[in-house]
Amino acid sequence: MFKRILLAVDGSEHSIRSARYAIELANKFEGTTDIIYVVDGKTAKEDVLHSTNKLEIEKKREEKLKPILDMLDKSDMDYNTNVLHGDPGPEIVEFANEKSYDCVVIGSRGLNDLQSFILGSVSHKVAKRVNCPVLIVK
Amino acid sequence: MNILKIQQEWFGNVKGDILSGIVVALALIPEAIAFSIIAGVDPMVGLYASFSIALVIAFVGGRPGMISGATGAMALLMVNLVAEHGLQYLLAATILTGIIQILFGILKLARMMKFVPRSVMIGFVNALAIMIFTSQLQHFVGETWIMYALVALTLAIIYLLPRFTKAIPSTLVAIVVVTAIVIIGNINVGTVGDMGIITQQLPVFLIPDIPLTMETLLIILPYSFSLAIVGLVESLLTANIVDDMTDTESNKNKESRGQGIANIVTGFFGGMGGCAMIGQSVINVKSGGSGRLSSLVAGVVLMSMIIILGEVVVQIPMAALAGVMIMVSISTFDWSSLKNLVKIPKTDSAVMLTTIIIVLATHNLAIGVLAGVLLSAIFFAAKISKVKVTEGQVVQNQKKTYRIEGQLFFASVSDLPSKFYFGDTITEVEIDLTQAHLWDDSAIGALDKIEAKFAQNNINVNYIGLNEESKQLKKRIGGISNAAGH
Repeated sequence: MFKRILLAVDGSEHSIRSARYAIELANKFEGTTDIIYVVDGKTAKEDVLHSTNKLEIEKKREEKLKPILDMLDKSDMDYNTNVLHGDPGPEIVEFANEKSYDCVVIGSRGLNDLQSFILGSVSHKVAKRVNCPVLIVK
Repeated sequence: MNILKIQQEWFGNVKGDILSGIVVALALIPEAIAFSIIAGVDPMVGLYASFSIALVIAFVGGRPGMISGATGAMALLMVNLVAEHGLQYLLAATILTGIIQILFGILKLARMMKFVPRSVMIGFVNALAIMIFTSQLQHFVGETWIMYALVALTLAIIYLLPRFTKAIPSTLVAIVVVTAIVIIGNINVGTVGDMGIITQQLPVFLIPDIPLTMETLLIILPYSFSLAIVGLVESLLTANIVDDMTDTESNKNKESRGQGIANIVTGFFGGMGGCAMIGQSVINVKSGGSGRLSSLVAGVVLMSMIIILGEVVVQIPMAALAGVMIMVSISTFDWSSLKNLVKIPKTDSAVMLTTIIIVLATHNLAIGVLAGVLLSAIFFAAKISKVKVTEGQVVQNQKKTYRIEGQLFFASVSDLPSKFYFGDTITEVEIDLTQAHLWDDSAIGALDKIEAKFAQNNINVNYIGLNEESKQLKKRIGGISNAAGH
């Protein structure tokens, strides 16, 4: 049922927590997990500003995802890592629908009403527009 | 360059480029006007600049998809020149800026950007943000609560509208709404019209009306030099950001030349100097733009809007523009650097803060960058000038080995001789340089001095473990050749 799982991450605590659920789910159904990390314009600007060259930017992003990649390495599961650029919500939706995953697992930042009004909730957007079931991990 | 690549850069993304170009043009208008007001010139000077730079860069830039125009960083550098000498000198300085930038491009100075450390770049954007913010404070002096309310409304629309639609830039909607409120409510507040004239016509070719003398050159040269440096620093930073966002490469030297050409053309067409814009470039890429066409469309739409809507533009209240500038300053500031201030090495924080303080004190981003680079060079020299000398045991009452570790150069060798003990009753000293590197004649000089002091006590000095480069240097300068090779 959940053979191909897409795990959307941003390197935050929430995404590490959601990685645990994704791996467990994939194990249960003997499936695979793919990771998607979307770098938005603001993050791209910050990463470029704080690094001297391209290699350093790549290294920094890898480090951000390292706890999650370590968990996947331990689980002996096949996985791919996709680093994309753009608006996280739409990018995740497009990627998930195009490659027809069975389930998208995503962490929720746990914003309050005011924060989600101003910042917007990526997990809501994904849940609304992705064709497959979505697991939002709080 | 082959035809296929040109075709790809121009027509590889026609629909995306046209749409994003329109979005960028709409977002550019308020900024171009506000930056003109910062520089102290008529709004048309900034609008002509954004039009002509966007247009020229579309053809000669090295980074397709990047947006250039009149910018805050450049405007802030011009304030004194305009105040003391007027617009014509600014136009001449803009042309000279372009010439200097082309020279930088020919000399391939884009490579030099790697000598500008991160902490200086972070200091640069933070100082820029602070200066854009403080430049707006003058518009609040002696104003009523209405002004504050309008600024607050502008900011509210800018930050909340994207939650509902991203089709139209929220800055434009904010400007339109606030302008409409002021016109309909017949509210008496300062407007763009109070700051200068909007002429509804295309820019024309003009040679700046200045005396072509040495004196003129000496007036504009320092400004042009600062403008050239700041323009390239911001343009190359922006190019790196667009590279990352689009996952493509760009030609930095071509971009330097392109910025130069754009500034020369702009100076002749009555525009102020400009460079690449981080915010607008991010908007462009986010809106789907990635090709040269996007910059061309942005320039053409911007100019068409001004020609059609000039009468409305003069009625934009200053409060709305101040709101837009506050947003620009908030998004320019690198907020993560505050969080990192305690985490990163102390020297990095010191360089960043020094860059900011010097910019704020001199009102000149170029001086801040140079001072920051210099300070980080000194910190670097201090860091690598730590030399360790380990003293070995005396062997058979006549031979002793010293091991030197580190980089031997002018800054590191001054107290090197004091790390040796010359009073041993031995006949031979061996200096192991396996872990050391000789860089300059000061290093050779220091070794000479040590050798001479040992010689006074009839101790012979031998060197071992010299690496090839150090050997070459020693041979060339030759001071200690008598001891080498034994």
